[in-house]
Amino acid sequence: MGFKILIVEDSKSSREFIAATVESVPGIEAVTTPSGFEALKLLPRHRFDLIITDINMPDINGLELINFVKKIPSYRLTPLFIVTTEGREQDREKGLALGAAEYLVKPFEPSSLERLVRHYLKID
Amino acid sequence: MSTASKPLSGFVIEATDILETMGRDLLRLDVSEESDPEVLNGVFRGAHSLKGLAGLFGQDAATELSHHLEDVLDRLRLGRAKRTPRLFDTLNEAVETLQRMVKDASEHAGALAPGTLERAQALGRKLSALAAPVPKSERDPLDRLDLDPNVRAVLTEYEEHRLRESIRKGLLIFRLSVSFKLADFDERLGELNARLKPMAEVLSTLPSSLPGEGDSIGFELLVASGEGEERLQAAGSEFGAELTVLAARKKKATPRRSGQPGLPFWTDEVTASGAKLASEGSAVIRSAVDPASLRSITQTVRVDIERLDELMNSVGELLVIKSSLARLVDRVRQGDASALPEKLVPALSRETRALERRLEELQKGLLAARMVPLAPLFDKLSRLVRKTAREAGKEIEFVTEGGHVELDKLIVEELSDPLMHIIRNALDHGIEAPELRAEKGKPERGRVTLAAWQRGGHVLIEVRDDGAGIHLKRVREVAVQRGILSEVKARELNERELHGLLFLPGFSTAGKVSTLSGRGVGLDVVKVNIAKLSGIIDVDSNADEGTTFRLTLPVTLAILRALVIQVSQRVYAVPLSSVLEIISITPAEIRTVERQQIVTLRGQTLPLVWLAELFGHEPSHAPRPFVVVVGLAQERLGLVVDELLGQQDIVTKPLGGRLKNVRGISGATDIGNRRTVLVLDVGALLEEV
Repeated sequence: MGFKILIVEDSKSSREFIAATVESVPGIEAVTTPSGFEALKLLPRHRFDLIITDINMPDINGLELINFVKKIPSYRLTPLFIVTTEGREQDREKGLALGAAEYLVKPFEPSSLERLVRHYLKID
Repeated sequence: MSTASKPLSGFVIEATDILETMGRDLLRLDVSEESDPEVLNGVFRGAHSLKGLAGLFGQDAATELSHHLEDVLDRLRLGRAKRTPRLFDTLNEAVETLQRMVKDASEHAGALAPGTLERAQALGRKLSALAAPVPKSERDPLDRLDLDPNVRAVLTEYEEHRLRESIRKGLLIFRLSVSFKLADFDERLGELNARLKPMAEVLSTLPSSLPGEGDSIGFELLVASGEGEERLQAAGSEFGAELTVLAARKKKATPRRSGQPGLPFWTDEVTASGAKLASEGSAVIRSAVDPASLRSITQTVRVDIERLDELMNSVGELLVIKSSLARLVDRVRQGDASALPEKLVPALSRETRALERRLEELQKGLLAARMVPLAPLFDKLSRLVRKTAREAGKEIEFVTEGGHVELDKLIVEELSDPLMHIIRNALDHGIEAPELRAEKGKPERGRVTLAAWQRGGHVLIEVRDDGAGIHLKRVREVAVQRGILSEVKARELNERELHGLLFLPGFSTAGKVSTLSGRGVGLDVVKVNIAKLSGIIDVDSNADEGTTFRLTLPVTLAILRALVIQVSQRVYAVPLSSVLEIISITPAEIRTVERQQIVTLRGQTLPLVWLAELFGHEPSHAPRPFVVVVGLAQERLGLVVDELLGQQDIVTKPLGGRLKNVRGISGATDIGNRRTVLVLDVGALLEEV
């Protein structure tokens, strides 16, 4: 049984970095998109096991995306990570209040992301 | 590519892109009285992405500097820092320093050049000092708004700030609820945004849960507007939107003229008085940062997909021709009666013509793919001019024309430094101080124009100023002082020759070394750089009217149009871009002055070089030899040859081994029929004289 992770991040290299990191865990497939709007379109078409999103994006912000995802019944329990360079306390608080599971501040070690992914998807 | 440099090249390409956009947007913000919040937010996001990017690639110094930059931009967009010209100078400086750091990363495998780190740190300190807070207001106006806590929960700090600002301005806050099909909601939202833009600012776009039918999606837009409810209602109803007024208790309404785009965000508190700015200058950093090279770093070109499609088409056509030729070959092989030479020739020549046409298309297409517009370079130069003029306390109107003109990417890269040098000269030596200009009856504000246009296979770029002009008397004096010429000889020189002196190494008429152009690099370097591009420089100057530097450049260097000539039975190619004209002379017209053969051409002396003699061939005795007048930058030379064989497109291949160092030859080329000829190096020949 494979896992599918959605990565929403407008910076190309960050996107690729995160995708490569999560895909280093066997059985994980990463679906990536640079925009929140695209993510909205992808959500009904896939069954994602984990969603990783940036906060600052050109169309909708990560908080708005999380808020939306949490309202879709089939995604209510799906873990969400915020990955951003934002060290801003207020946005962090809001993200966690909206139901984000983790808040990672870039740059981070690939191993810490990998560990979190394994933990939330219960992969040994 | 090594494993270490591969990921770093990803950093270089993306960072270069981000920085280029940031630079352009900063200029837009700088020149406008009021800043477009969208543009400012874009610049902020650029710094933000760059910080993440640099961090990802372990570029610590760049991470730190972009962090400071992001911080200042964040305060700016949140209304917590004041917008001043000095701030913009510093922001530009930060972008330039980051560009330099990216360049270092690309050239030294991630290591910084000496001094860059210190400069970045100093700049970081300066940025954090500039981010001094603006006093915060007493009460949070958001509390005055009947805002659904669920909506407030998803606003980022920045969006909250925009909302607060809108309320403070007395704008009305609306909520628009819309529902679109999942398949095209992004386009529809785009249309709605475009419709609202002239009258309102969309502060937040919140997707609401998917309603019953799975194929549509709802959105709640938070909108601020100075317009009445009716206009928004009208706009919204075109999209089936429901409008709710949220700002129930507004302080005071300040109606705005309709059709005025965007919302005033902040105002410039310091008027742009050059003298004042110069005095408050930023000496420490300014002296530490030498003018960063404007050359871009990436070796990539963005190509319009349509252009690629055209190329693909040409390749497809070539494949068709290839199969026709293969069929002909088969016929010959099978001894088919239809393969008799007289039957084969028309078919073969038809295919050859088709082949020629397609190859020409392909060549044109590939050349077009290498072309980039000059506009980004012009933008960069505009930025630097603004900054430089501020530092010098001069008021300059800088005008650019012809940014759409396209040139080979490689040429554009090489142009930035010489152009900046010429412009700096114009600012420094050309444009007079405001008082002096007023005395001369000129507008106090000097004008520098950077213009480009295409003429045939050449692009002309002019830097024109309306300054003092080149002081010929002073040029003579300096030439004599420096021992370049005797006093007698100096008096004999005409205007053109005197202008030519400016391009000699170490020549400067500036009374003192100034901060602007006295950086030890003279016009001689400009000349060398332009000559490398097979370009020509002309100078035109009139006292008190101004000076024009005109660069004539080939559109591309990849494929040269060449003049094929013959001398003593040997054939050579001369790049046509360096050929100015061809004349025919009789030996009687040749005079010898100081052991140099010359002819007089329209009153100017033209030194001659006999190619046969230069390359050690037996002397030719053509009764009326041709003189191919070649020029690069400022210099002219006549090459004496026997015959002109025609013009041809050539691709120059470098010579290897021992031949590499033969002076006067830049390479070899195939001119058809497998005949290889040598290509003359006009630059080197000019130096011979």
